[in-house]
Amino acid sequence: MSVMGLFFVFIASIALIWLVRQGVTQSPWLEEGEVAQYRGARGVAPPPAAKVGLAVFLAVAGCLFSLLMAAFFMRSDAPDWRMPPPPAILWLNTALLAASSLALQMALNGARRADMARVRSGLTIAAVAAGLFLIGQLWAWRELLAEGFFAASNVANAFFFLLTGAHALHLIGGLVALARTIDKVRIAPRLTEALTTSVELCAIYWHFLLFVWLLLFAALIGWADGLGAICRRALS
Amino acid sequence: MTDASVPENVAPPPAEVEDVELYHAHSWLTKYVFCQDAKVIAIQYAGTAISVGILALVLSWVIRLQLAFPGAIPFIDANVYYQSMTMHGMIMVVYMLTAIFLGGFGNYLIPLMIGARDMVFPYVNMLSYWVYLLATLVLVASYFFPGGPTGAGWTLYPPQSILTGTPGFEWGIVMMLVSLILFIVGFTMGGLNYVVTVLQGRTRGMTLMRMPLTVWGIFAAAVMALLAFPGLFVACVMLLLDRTLGTSFFMPSIVEFGERKDYVGGSPILFQHLFWFFGHPEVYIVALPAFGIVSDLISVHARKNIFGYKMMVWAIVAIGVLSMVVWGHHMYVSGMDPWFGFFFAVTTLAIAVPTALKVYNWVLTLWHADIHFTTPMLFALGFLVTFVNGGITGLYLGNVIVDVPLSATLFVVAHFHMVMGIAPVLVIFGAIYHWYPKITGRMMDERLGKIHFWITFLGAYAIFFPMHYLGVMGVPRRFYELGETAFVPNSATALNIFITVTALVVGFAQTIFFYNLFKSLKYGAPSGPNPWRAASLEWQTPETPPGHGNWGKHLPVVYRWAYAYSVPGAPEDYLPQNAPPLKGEHSP
Repeated sequence: MSVMGLFFVFIASIALIWLVRQGVTQSPWLEEGEVAQYRGARGVAPPPAAKVGLAVFLAVAGCLFSLLMAAFFMRSDAPDWRMPPPPAILWLNTALLAASSLALQMALNGARRADMARVRSGLTIAAVAAGLFLIGQLWAWRELLAEGFFAASNVANAFFFLLTGAHALHLIGGLVALARTIDKVRIAPRLTEALTTSVELCAIYWHFLLFVWLLLFAALIGWADGLGAICRRALS
Repeated sequence: MTDASVPENVAPPPAEVEDVELYHAHSWLTKYVFCQDAKVIAIQYAGTAISVGILALVLSWVIRLQLAFPGAIPFIDANVYYQSMTMHGMIMVVYMLTAIFLGGFGNYLIPLMIGARDMVFPYVNMLSYWVYLLATLVLVASYFFPGGPTGAGWTLYPPQSILTGTPGFEWGIVMMLVSLILFIVGFTMGGLNYVVTVLQGRTRGMTLMRMPLTVWGIFAAAVMALLAFPGLFVACVMLLLDRTLGTSFFMPSIVEFGERKDYVGGSPILFQHLFWFFGHPEVYIVALPAFGIVSDLISVHARKNIFGYKMMVWAIVAIGVLSMVVWGHHMYVSGMDPWFGFFFAVTTLAIAVPTALKVYNWVLTLWHADIHFTTPMLFALGFLVTFVNGGITGLYLGNVIVDVPLSATLFVVAHFHMVMGIAPVLVIFGAIYHWYPKITGRMMDERLGKIHFWITFLGAYAIFFPMHYLGVMGVPRRFYELGETAFVPNSATALNIFITVTALVVGFAQTIFFYNLFKSLKYGAPSGPNPWRAASLEWQTPETPPGHGNWGKHLPVVYRWAYAYSVPGAPEDYLPQNAPPLKGEHSP
């Protein structure tokens, strides 16, 4: 549960800083009339609603993965816990997901410089790499099952399937959004602001999923055992 | 007030919306059924929630009949009793209260109160309702499957919830878990909408600190729900895997009917952590919108600005933050480390500070106010009384040493029904009486409303107040039958019969409310746009009920907070939020 503690300190500090900057310390009964008269005028346009929506969704997804990790660490304390040997293909998959994320960043940079060719190639490479990542994950599952590491035989195997599965489902959801973006870019004669936003949202989501995957990967190949031990000590 | 024009370097939200950006219904089906208008979705949410709520009310009668007259009703056996208890709890907490406050009032009030035309993602909003409806249908459908719904108790604790012997072992538990997963998916779509709409959809001049407290309450509750429901989601998914695939997330090695199951090493306590990580914030997910609505009801019907608006907002935020770190007080009897118990007791008691602050502010708003005893006001006052009552017993139970002996008794039942059953339901009634004129353009009958209030309020007290005594006597909760229990005196049975009879009467008396609700639709007196002379934005719409896009051609511009009542020198005793500033205006 220390995982959750860290996560909440992070979310709560963002929320509190934002609230103070939004003026929750002001007294509304003293501030009548037009807002601009007493609030320092800021020339920044508000971010698009979809971007704020994505940010809130990332908080929810982050919460979900933090809880899964918390459960992972709490359960890994039990004497029956036997971590399956991590399939080697996970390393390749990690590289593929990183490449996918990088390609989307390239597409975003291209979009900011109105370089349509670069946007198209970046999006396509990202989609292909993400697809290969999913196939690779399936391969890792197959490998584990072939060696007899079933979900029911040890809970560590079950956690492997649960964590990778949850992550893959999020990526599949992202691929739907990416496919729609690719389609919009394909028929668009030139880049619009809405298209740039779509590309940016995909890129942000991909970076988030890469970050989550790196944490999950570290836990699954046993690098996070030290962290788990710290959590357990903090708990007991 | 020299120059009211907006400086050029500020980017205000556009005051006019291109017609193409608005959702338009093209057929009867898209106007009333698959509609993306938040107002229609709100009514769909509320209607569904109230319908399952009535089912849960009937189930509570089953529980009460068994407790008062054990064995007298032939069809109530132990299985039916436990199934009724489980479904009553789960429906009331999740499918009724959460859905009606956030899905119902949230959808209706957020866009109108902040001056938006609709939610920011109308399509996702519509999807949210239909997934919610699917979730309730799956839940109710478990009655028609072999074995019936699950009888595991609304907490669904493993290992018993997925073992044979618990009613609904075959299908009930699976459908319950699937239904909860669907509910959470649907809710997340809605919750994203509520939060982002408050962040992005506010009209020009509507700063955070000018929002009515109703919006603050719903906003904070939506944020909490988004962060808390993943806990239930993870718990449900893992329990479902334990049940269907035979994994051992929560299931320890266990022998069932002499047969050793394949489970090994799982941790039931882990489930409790995940469940209550959701379960405790859930209390405040229900309570915070109620707090917000009550603040507005009291202020409007007492013709006075809310006392300590800033403190009220901070208290909402503080309660939201604190409630995420108190879940352990539901697990005092699980054998936790005393230091943990100490930590959770301290955080639990700390929540009393912002909560008490809110109660004082409500009372101080009423102090020397021009109180109108309208039906919504009566319900708001009823809430104050029941909430204080339930809150104080919460302080008892927050202490480990008091909780341990009382935990399995009716005292706990009395406590949580007072604080998160009766209190929020009174607010829901008050809010319906208050906003009905805006939703339909007609008033509800005041006389019937007052009769409904007194029966409900006094009846609810008659039901739940005696339960405290039963609890202190040691009458256990969850028991199907007391049987020959030496420590329970005979007088307990007499009290139990009294509670049951009252519960039946109060339950049937709700038909007065529904009669009033439907009769007023056609025969209620026309209300006009603003019958309560309220200052907040939803009463200032050009049409009543609000038309498509809420605001006609121009979005309102907001010049002050939502509580400008009894303003000296104002033409009436209040100033709407969107009325241009008076010369030399200064709020009370």
